[in-house]
Amino acid sequence: MIQKDLRAVVLIELLLPLALLIFGVYHGVLQVLYRAGLIQDVSFFGIDYYQGLTAHGVINAIVLTTFFAVAFGNVVISQTLGQSVPARGAWTGCALMVVGTLVAAWPIFTGRASVLYTFYAPMKAHPLFYIGVVLLVVGSWVSFWIWIPGYLRWRKSHPEQKTPLAAVGIFTTFIIWQMCTLPVAYEVIVQLIPWSLGWTPGVNVVLSRLLFWFFGHPLVYFWLLPAYVMYYTIMPQLAGGRLYSDFYGRLVFMAFIVLSTPLGLHHQFTEPAVSSGYKALHAALTFLVAVPSLITAFTLAASLEHGARANGGTGLFAWWGKLPHFDAQRWLFPYLFMGLVIFILGGVTGIVNASYSMANLVHNTSWIPAHFHLTVAGPVFLAILGMSLYLCAGLSGKKVAAPRVALAVPYLWTLGTFTFSAGLFYGGLRGVPRRTNLGISFLDPTSNTFRPDWVTGEHVGAVGGCVMGLAVALYFYVLIRSLLAARSEQAADSFVLPEAAPYHDEDVAVVRNFRPWVVAAIIAILVAYVPPLVQVLNGEYRVTG
Amino acid sequence: MSVAQGIPDVEKKVTVAALLFAGAMLALIAYAALRLGISVPGCVTNVKPFTKGELIQVAPGRYEAHVVSKMFAFKPSPLKVPKGSVVDFYLTSADVVHGFYIDGTDVNLMAIPNAVNYAQARFDAPGKYQVICHEFCGLSHQDMVGEIEVTP
Repeated sequence: MIQKDLRAVVLIELLLPLALLIFGVYHGVLQVLYRAGLIQDVSFFGIDYYQGLTAHGVINAIVLTTFFAVAFGNVVISQTLGQSVPARGAWTGCALMVVGTLVAAWPIFTGRASVLYTFYAPMKAHPLFYIGVVLLVVGSWVSFWIWIPGYLRWRKSHPEQKTPLAAVGIFTTFIIWQMCTLPVAYEVIVQLIPWSLGWTPGVNVVLSRLLFWFFGHPLVYFWLLPAYVMYYTIMPQLAGGRLYSDFYGRLVFMAFIVLSTPLGLHHQFTEPAVSSGYKALHAALTFLVAVPSLITAFTLAASLEHGARANGGTGLFAWWGKLPHFDAQRWLFPYLFMGLVIFILGGVTGIVNASYSMANLVHNTSWIPAHFHLTVAGPVFLAILGMSLYLCAGLSGKKVAAPRVALAVPYLWTLGTFTFSAGLFYGGLRGVPRRTNLGISFLDPTSNTFRPDWVTGEHVGAVGGCVMGLAVALYFYVLIRSLLAARSEQAADSFVLPEAAPYHDEDVAVVRNFRPWVVAAIIAILVAYVPPLVQVLNGEYRVTG
Repeated sequence: MSVAQGIPDVEKKVTVAALLFAGAMLALIAYAALRLGISVPGCVTNVKPFTKGELIQVAPGRYEAHVVSKMFAFKPSPLKVPKGSVVDFYLTSADVVHGFYIDGTDVNLMAIPNAVNYAQARFDAPGKYQVICHEFCGLSHQDMVGEIEVTP
């Protein structure tokens, strides 16, 4: 059961970022039009390109993902750990996040913080942008902290039981978030806010980049792990089967605690001030993440196969047809399944980015957004959309309206992202830069920098981006109609998330406690980050204003 | 339903396969770095941050380019060298973070204020090479394009 007193707070945490997402996606569509030269201007309807790009990144990748992780966490922890979430604490966390979002929205929408969502110093934003981001993150910390006492009580009162896997996944998500946000909090609070207020003359840019990228990569696991919770604990049940291995689920989550952070330098391969040896170490550590990813691929495929065979599936591959791909009653299934299909390409292209040898080919080209739209805008975004609709309808006791349309959204989205990314991969390998208003420069035939060889990729990307926009429009049609439907108190009271039973229920002591994994994570972080930090602090990188 | 107490054999095999995959990838990277010499920029400590962009000929066919990136141009530009030249690029920024991507080469660098970045390139084909700022640096970022002219 999910606590009644959490319903309103969870609905706010789901619906506020979804409302903002309308703008985030609108500007995503505009970006592909600008880049393809279909809009040849610095701005459109009062929002300039880089301002809209900032909002697109901040809303879609920071606000939506953080609010969703907290909302989904509240639901999972409440359901699996004996309704132990203190409502007052949940409201406090939510209020901080809402205030932070609104505070940061003002400078963005008034053009005072066009610094993109990576806010690289010494490009300066209005102080309220940084302050708003801090409040948002602190709100997510508070939401996490209030789950801990209930978890400890549950452990004490259930000494013989394993912590439910979904709760393990949520705690993993937030342990990683807590560890990785501390350095970026230092960057923002100690370096950027005083500087943007004019209290300090400048910042050590090299240090700020090291701190930012300490955060920047584990951030993607913070995005991804709530989707993993759904893949491991919900998707097997939707497929009519069981989770193939409970141990593997736990091992994967625990492994992410250790492996998600000591690898941020792979975002900094092409910059100065850090030795290439340290970069190579981070490249090597990055490849270790392939291990839990491949284990996940195996476990999820085995779980799906188990479900499909239980439904009468046979053959080596023919059982795929027995999965509920087009079952309107189980419309949530393709939001998870198609996310995984997209993620295969996201993972493969991620290997290219992380591999030390190929960084020079793709760094900061449109290859990079092509890649991360197959990760954060693939499995992560589809899982968020699907689960948000599922929770909004379920917690408010409403039926999902137009389930067939809901079912079509992930397929259309997949088509769109594949097309979009194909165009941007193609362009990226030919040197097309990311984050650039191409329409008034490289894709303008009258410009002396015109690049005819870049036109095709951007046009393909624009088609894909428009299809993605259409998929989201259909999603909002379903969501709004569902919210306007008749309410049933009884349905709201009996609403729970599906929980898949394990097929192999191994009992392995080492994955029953977070502590050894957190200790290992801290050791790995010290090994990976102390040497480059010492190097950066010893260099004479004057502050820059 | 089978409820195993130990770890089933197939899971052990999958774990080993995953580790082997990661190991194979690492071996390929090590091979590329050590045998093929494909590496990434490191920490340049022997060049003081400079404020003036210039092209210095150090020997016939050997050049050192001190490139300063500043909203919204690279200096010096255009940079003229004869065909077959080897150029050592030292790069810095006079204001915000910029990118430095020489089209048609492997040179792909970040320009960071107060730090010096380094890459080497050899220009065998005559022609004009665009130098593209690929990191957002302000409202005219899309116009920040330099040029390298390789003469026959």
